[in-house]
Amino acid sequence: MSSSTVTEATSTSPPKSTASLRHRLAERGVDASLLMLVPALVFALALFVYPFSYGIGLTFQPSPAIQQAWGGGLFANYVAFFKDSFTFDSVWLTMRLALPVAIFNVLASIPVAFKLRQRFRGKKLLTTLVVLPITLGTVLTAQGLLIFAGRQGWLNRFLIQIGLVDQPIAFVNNYWGVVFSLVISGFPFAFLLISSYLSGIDPSIEAAARVMGANWHQRFRRVILPLLAPGLATTSILTFVLAFSVFPSARLVGDAMGSTRVMSLMAFRAFGEQNDYPMASTIAIMMGLVELVVIALVLVWRSSMYKGSTGGKG
Amino acid sequence: MATQTLSSGTPQAGSPGGPEMDVPPPPGKKRSGARVPGERSLAASPSTWFVWAGMAAFFIFLIGILVSVVVDSLGKPWFDTWLPENFATSWYSDAWNQFGMAHIIVVTLIVALTVIVVSVLVGVPAAYLLARRKFPLKRTITLLFLLPVLMPPITYGIPLATVMYNFGLGRTLTAVILVNLVPSIPFVIMTMTPFIEQINPTIEDAARMSGASMRRVFTKILMPLLIPGILAASILVLVRTVGMFELTFLVSGPSSDTLVVAIYRAMTAAGGGEARQLVSSMAVVYTLTMMVILVVALRFISPTQLVARVKESRED
Repeated sequence: MSSSTVTEATSTSPPKSTASLRHRLAERGVDASLLMLVPALVFALALFVYPFSYGIGLTFQPSPAIQQAWGGGLFANYVAFFKDSFTFDSVWLTMRLALPVAIFNVLASIPVAFKLRQRFRGKKLLTTLVVLPITLGTVLTAQGLLIFAGRQGWLNRFLIQIGLVDQPIAFVNNYWGVVFSLVISGFPFAFLLISSYLSGIDPSIEAAARVMGANWHQRFRRVILPLLAPGLATTSILTFVLAFSVFPSARLVGDAMGSTRVMSLMAFRAFGEQNDYPMASTIAIMMGLVELVVIALVLVWRSSMYKGSTGGKG
Repeated sequence: MATQTLSSGTPQAGSPGGPEMDVPPPPGKKRSGARVPGERSLAASPSTWFVWAGMAAFFIFLIGILVSVVVDSLGKPWFDTWLPENFATSWYSDAWNQFGMAHIIVVTLIVALTVIVVSVLVGVPAAYLLARRKFPLKRTITLLFLLPVLMPPITYGIPLATVMYNFGLGRTLTAVILVNLVPSIPFVIMTMTPFIEQINPTIEDAARMSGASMRRVFTKILMPLLIPGILAASILVLVRTVGMFELTFLVSGPSSDTLVVAIYRAMTAAGGGEARQLVSSMAVVYTLTMMVILVVALRFISPTQLVARVKESRED
């Protein structure tokens, strides 16, 4: 829509009225430079909005099998989603996994980001080491966890050797296996984002607070935290999304039919194994809805905090 | 535990490094003596040790995972001993031949590079507008760009994959590239917008007042300032694309599998999956590829100092 206004403003009108129309539009912020937005908009519409609306439409075209089993006509997919406890339980199973992991990752990366902010020898090496697991990817992490923390793995072997446990502990193929894999891949991501945001805060603001006699607790609570809040909100959201959409590790190091039967596994089962595209879309879209609720809560919290420049402009 | 960790980070909030970073220390003052009154010592605090202990545990897990995969990929029978009985590299050549690794790596690189180039070219101008300007429908458009990053990939991936199959693009390289662009463009916009906001707008205003056109402002003024941000965003997009499993998995086929998807398929193949060591050696190849890229990239930029560099460069 904005693109059509732009072309109108720049090219089609006769010269005399162009000046005034262009002027009036420019005053409201519409001018030729908005064209820079067009490519991104085209991609968003073609690859996101269209498939997504198509998917929503698909959810109202339930397959005959679903309709027969659950009834409900057009809404048979939704009826099936809420009534079939095998499907519906996965909502709870996903939240139970994603929320604690996301909160842990964000809270743990704040102090680490603070530690690594100052200058010390080997800082770059340590930063690289912390960020490195991002490159491992979920599949390698899963493979490594299976070998390292499996029944025969070094971790159990070590724990038995020092006499801490008698029997190998089941670290993998259950809830905790997925938690470990999500922390290993999610924590570096949270750390990277938070330390970027932290370095965007002008140090002289904090220095000013120190000069005025604020102790570290006051400085953190009254200066750093409000300035960090927008970044913190973004980081929490992205970390949560990462944990919420867990899929390969839930299958590989989790208990795919039990405690880690997450929503994305259910959606993929419907898509890839049962070829029931309408049901798959239904689960996928319900997944999006559940997640949006959590995100909305984070955004509400964020809007109650300070908004504006973080002072990086100096 | 959470609050304890939280507070532990703060004692050094502006500790020794702080004063030197923004205000040059007075001449003759030694580094070690530069502590501001009321500042706590870094090492003495027990909560500091708590943070280091947590990081140590993290690194033990990390190194354990890495080393055990490497050992596994090199080991000939390894069951219930500390180390395998023999070492050999035959798993690598087996995996290389059996899975057509060369093809898979080429596909992965093509997908990643195309996605980076397209998403930077499309995303940065949009991020600039969102950071600097006010225009009608701005909130709606921002939300539209945010949604793909906020939603779980599966949520839009399944409808998107259905559409791709309807258009006959299923299992092609084009489809893999297209689905990966969906989260990447918004990701570039999202990381670049705060970055551009940090750049002092008066620099551009000055250039514009001196008669520079929009294009000149972009190429001569903004580009040099934006390079660190673009590099950081590209690295993150690269890492996300190469590591992106869900979306690629939904649309890729045998000839367009990226490395992660190929490994996953090998792990879950019917009949209990391939031999563990084959998968391990593929995983090692994957990690090495990624690490080389990342280490090379980190040599040129430090992701945590992106914004600080902009600040320093305009110190007057």
